Amino acid sequence: MDLYLTQHVREPNGYTLDFYTKQGGYAALKKALGLTPDQVIDQVKQSGLRGRGGAGFPTGMKWQFVDKKSPKPKYICCNADESEPGTFKDHVLMERNPHLLFEGCLIGCYAIGSQTAYIYIRGEFWHVQEVLEAELAKARAAGFIGKNIFGTGFDCEIHIHRGAGAYEAGEETALIESLEGKRAQPRLKPPFPASHGLYGCPTAVNNVETLCNVPLIIEHGADWFAKIGPEKNGGPKLYCLSGHVQRPGVYETSMDVSLRDLIYDPKFGGGIRGGHQLKCVIPGGSSVPVLLPNEIDIPASFDGVQKAGSLLGSAGIIVMDETTCMVWAAQNLLHFYKHESCGKCTPCREGGDWLHRLLSKIESGQGQMKDIDLLLSIGNNILGKTLCAFGDAAATPVLSTIKTFRAEYEAHIREGRCTVPAPWRSSAPALAAH
Amino acid sequence: MDYGRGHHQSARAVPELGPAFVYTADNQAKLEEICARYPPEERKSAILAALYLAQKQQGYITQNAMAHVAAAIRCTPAEVEDVVSFYTMFYTRPVGKRVIQVCRTLSCALMGAERVTEEFSKVLGIGVGETDPAGDFTLVEVECLGACDRAPVVGVNDAWHECQSPDGVRALVEALRAKGDAAVTGCHLKVER
Repeated sequence: MDLYLTQHVREPNGYTLDFYTKQGGYAALKKALGLTPDQVIDQVKQSGLRGRGGAGFPTGMKWQFVDKKSPKPKYICCNADESEPGTFKDHVLMERNPHLLFEGCLIGCYAIGSQTAYIYIRGEFWHVQEVLEAELAKARAAGFIGKNIFGTGFDCEIHIHRGAGAYEAGEETALIESLEGKRAQPRLKPPFPASHGLYGCPTAVNNVETLCNVPLIIEHGADWFAKIGPEKNGGPKLYCLSGHVQRPGVYETSMDVSLRDLIYDPKFGGGIRGGHQLKCVIPGGSSVPVLLPNEIDIPASFDGVQKAGSLLGSAGIIVMDETTCMVWAAQNLLHFYKHESCGKCTPCREGGDWLHRLLSKIESGQGQMKDIDLLLSIGNNILGKTLCAFGDAAATPVLSTIKTFRAEYEAHIREGRCTVPAPWRSSAPALAAH
Repeated sequence: MDYGRGHHQSARAVPELGPAFVYTADNQAKLEEICARYPPEERKSAILAALYLAQKQQGYITQNAMAHVAAAIRCTPAEVEDVVSFYTMFYTRPVGKRVIQVCRTLSCALMGAERVTEEFSKVLGIGVGETDPAGDFTLVEVECLGACDRAPVVGVNDAWHECQSPDGVRALVEALRAKGDAAVTGCHLKVER
């Protein structure tokens, strides 16, 4: 497939305004400003673009829900808090194709009647923010951002907002709270951001990759976009490959591609690292269920992965070979979730920590058989009982690995030790368990 | 009526009072520039930026710094503390000149991050969360930095060092001591630009 999002990301100076405009950049914005806002939303709806942040919600619908009749200002908040373990695609887009993102923000603002977009970028992406700020200033000086863009009377500003280390800020209402200068904790919904978002105003929160697709839709047309990939899963897609794979990295292709090809094709992952076998794969960032080697002959699309019992999520594909202990992997992820839980909902705050302690106990050889049922019970008491999807995300690695690798848990308990030790792991169990 | 023994003392750990704190004129100007990005009645949106400025100026956040930030943002010190205690990138204790942040989450861990942490601990002679006596290095573990294709990744202050093998840790520490920031690979996307 031709590349659209990452075509020029390897070229020197491919990130500059100069380069971008020479490739026809900001023409889509000009074209969009010639349409009515409703026509822009219609095109995005027809294209079938689904949010690339994790939930796969149709972007056109999200924009249509924004309360245009409200007398309050409207906002676009671009979610650049990319923090899902195994996900690093927005990073590439922002660092190497920032103007595509700006153009998407501007078109989005025009569509929903907004004059301000905030790009909420995670604090650890400082070097990325420097590029964004510099290129933003250039685009502003060139008249693509600011007052009376292209002489159409459309005013629009884009600002960068730096986060400070909080996975939860990637949840849309927590992102809004953080933007308002508070702890990044989710809100009770409804009301949804479309009516009560940033500063109580109608707001659309969109992922970086989602907004980057918008100029392509305007430029090439909704039908063109919808025809890339399977039905209802249209458009170019970025996949992040990491873990025990030969060629980790970000790869752009259509959602026709199979999960197996993403891992094994020399164009993509190139197979498992030397001499090893695939044990399992997490296909959509750490929050989704694992798939086994016999479950990967599926389209790596939103619907395809869901049908196989997992989720495409953020398309962060974490590959694990046979040297990986699944109790250890679950313990590692639960350390992440207990650390990142915002603490608002009790099941997630207390349950995540409890799960981690039990997993540490089993991994260090101190587990009892009844701990497995306890893990399942705690997990099921978090699932669906929290304000945001974080709780489900925290329970999933435990529930999914017990379902798929129960024998491995039992072996740990029976033998009183980790039965899948690996040389690449810590030699001191205390360090791994802390 | 006697309700007890005078002022209530909270059991929570509060940052130290620290020396008197006011922004430099330069930082005050930077803050005003950032506040202009938000509606005038929403100055609190600039709180993270205000705290970054305070941390840059003083190295870490103290009670006096929080009180000054509160005045600058026009909110209460309690609201500032609420934020400081939530986000991981604010330090409420002095840290070393270089904060070594080893990513510990799954993709990096699969590539040996646990051993990278162990090596740093051995070479620097400090545990996770500690600072060496000279104040050169602080060692911490962080959760996913979003550079999983270059695992294990290590943050050195605001910069990244990619593909750090456990065996190469000693060489990196020596290079950091000798060459400073130049020893860090940086993000490949930035370097190749």
